[in-house]
Amino acid sequence: MALTDEQVHALEKQAEAIRETIITMLVAAGSGHTAGPLGMADVFAAFYFHILKHDPANPDWEERDRLILSNGHICPVRYAAMAHAGYFPVEECLTLRKFGSRLQGHPERLRLPGLETTSGPLGEGLSQAAGIAYALRMDGKKNQVYVAMGDGEQNEGNVWEAVMWAGKQKLANLTAVIDRNNIQIDGMTEDVMPLESLRAKYEAFNWHVLEVNGNDIRAFIAAVDEANAIYEKPVVIIAHTIPGKGVPEIEFDYHWHGKPPTAEEGKRFLKEIRTMGGTVPHEYA
Amino acid sequence: MLNNDAKLSAKVFADDIEKAPIRDGFGTGAVEAGKADPRVVVLCADLAESTRAEWFQKEFPERFIEMGIAEQNMATTAAGMAAAGKVPFIASYAAFNPGRNYEQIRTTIALNKANVKICGMHAGVSVGPDGATHQMLEDLGLMRMLPGMTVIAPADSEEAKKAVIAAAQMEGPVYIRFARSATPVFTTGDTPFAVGKALTLFAADDPKVALLATGPQSYAALVAARALAAEGVGALVLHVPTVKPLDEEAVLAAATRAGRVLTVEEHQTAGGFGSAVAEFLSEKHPLPIRRLGIQDRFGQSGTPDELIAHYGLDAAHIQDAVHAMLKSPQ
Repeated sequence: MALTDEQVHALEKQAEAIRETIITMLVAAGSGHTAGPLGMADVFAAFYFHILKHDPANPDWEERDRLILSNGHICPVRYAAMAHAGYFPVEECLTLRKFGSRLQGHPERLRLPGLETTSGPLGEGLSQAAGIAYALRMDGKKNQVYVAMGDGEQNEGNVWEAVMWAGKQKLANLTAVIDRNNIQIDGMTEDVMPLESLRAKYEAFNWHVLEVNGNDIRAFIAAVDEANAIYEKPVVIIAHTIPGKGVPEIEFDYHWHGKPPTAEEGKRFLKEIRTMGGTVPHEYA
Repeated sequence: MLNNDAKLSAKVFADDIEKAPIRDGFGTGAVEAGKADPRVVVLCADLAESTRAEWFQKEFPERFIEMGIAEQNMATTAAGMAAAGKVPFIASYAAFNPGRNYEQIRTTIALNKANVKICGMHAGVSVGPDGATHQMLEDLGLMRMLPGMTVIAPADSEEAKKAVIAAAQMEGPVYIRFARSATPVFTTGDTPFAVGKALTLFAADDPKVALLATGPQSYAALVAARALAAEGVGALVLHVPTVKPLDEEAVLAAATRAGRVLTVEEHQTAGGFGSAVAEFLSEKHPLPIRRLGIQDRFGQSGTPDELIAHYGLDAAHIQDAVHAMLKSPQ
């Protein structure tokens, strides 16, 4: 069913709140990744506030959909989205990367209920998601399995082993989302290790491929709906996002892949996000 | 004297003792585990016949999963299946599993305490003609270092079967090491086996040396002890199938009783079973200790017997090592 404008606007407000929390937690942590989490805020708002069947009060609920985060370094966006969804108090986000925190620098499943896997070492999320999807299908379960991957991690051989296997198994209950933001640590993806044509690569491995503006919540949700309607193949949604989305001065700048804002920058970034209001996702749509 | 409680084969020292590849125990054990628990699944990386995963496949085709030649994906997919409630066994050659997929095992299985059972086949130089690339000699060390990983090196196909069944019954990650070539089946269905427990195979009245061994080298140690007894040299043989967690009580008891320890394994002496024993005893009860194993070298092509002799792991070399130890000053 098509979303109403009010629903979309509410999700955009959630994305904005997630972005604010990301900036705040990264400033408090003093280390961590900025560009990826900001770019994926709309996707995570869509997942936690619309797409996923889940229960924040009962993270291990058997009937939940599974959302696996493969590129664990963008975990601030997941932590922020989970906090706003009610998994834990938003204030706990300020413990990110600190001693004793459940919010580890890279997410650990056994430390924080609601995480499906442990991730950080790249290229391992898709195969774990495929394993979960396969096991659920063996048991006749209908839960949907989603996995969010980075584009840089498509360099990893383990990804393509999993792409091959999921294609072979026709895992229709599996939907992958690639954060196609075109940056990785050493530069632009096409300079470091060209990925294009990413669509053709996945199609060649017997996947159904959708492409969407990942900063357009309405369009992204429509793509997920379409993915779930495809029963013969796993689906990958190539979500084109803008790294650093929401803070114009850092958008598209790969230098912001792996560093946090300083306290001063954080204040400025927060103002910039706030002045954009609910218009954030549409500017580049 | 043979330990009667070990209930070893009546043919234990006979020339016509039955021989079987230890990996056969994976096939029979997996089938038994599969019958007992519908959650058990077996993943294999294009080596179904050679790993004996095929025996499980024949019995439970719907629970056998062919991964193709992709050990990294096999480990991570298994971690996912475990997260969804399955009890996956992943089988390939130890050189690739855990050799190739070590980081995947570390991050997605060990750190998550995932209920995955890692089965490394063709471990040791006794792989034979395939040569150094396929003769995994570092697996015990790699796996022993991972927090929470149980590490088992069964002595023969019968014990391997028990280890597989026990692994399926316990919660958490387990590594089991299997050899390729046929070795004496000297234990029986009645021989005690429990994860974390060592087993005395042989004990002279007044042992001068404790032979601590794991894997098929425990049989070589037993043969050596018998020969030593004939020479009037008392030895004790402790078979230690579980390298981690080490049966510290049994190791300490054997070591203190004999006063000297010789460890034997088909693995690098660095990091493996002998290291585990030495680490423990050096802190708890320092005493003379020697370690027989592969001495910082790679393997090569040859017959299993040639290679075991060349690398000094047969009964004759164990005997020689004991003599050398007894001659050397404390």
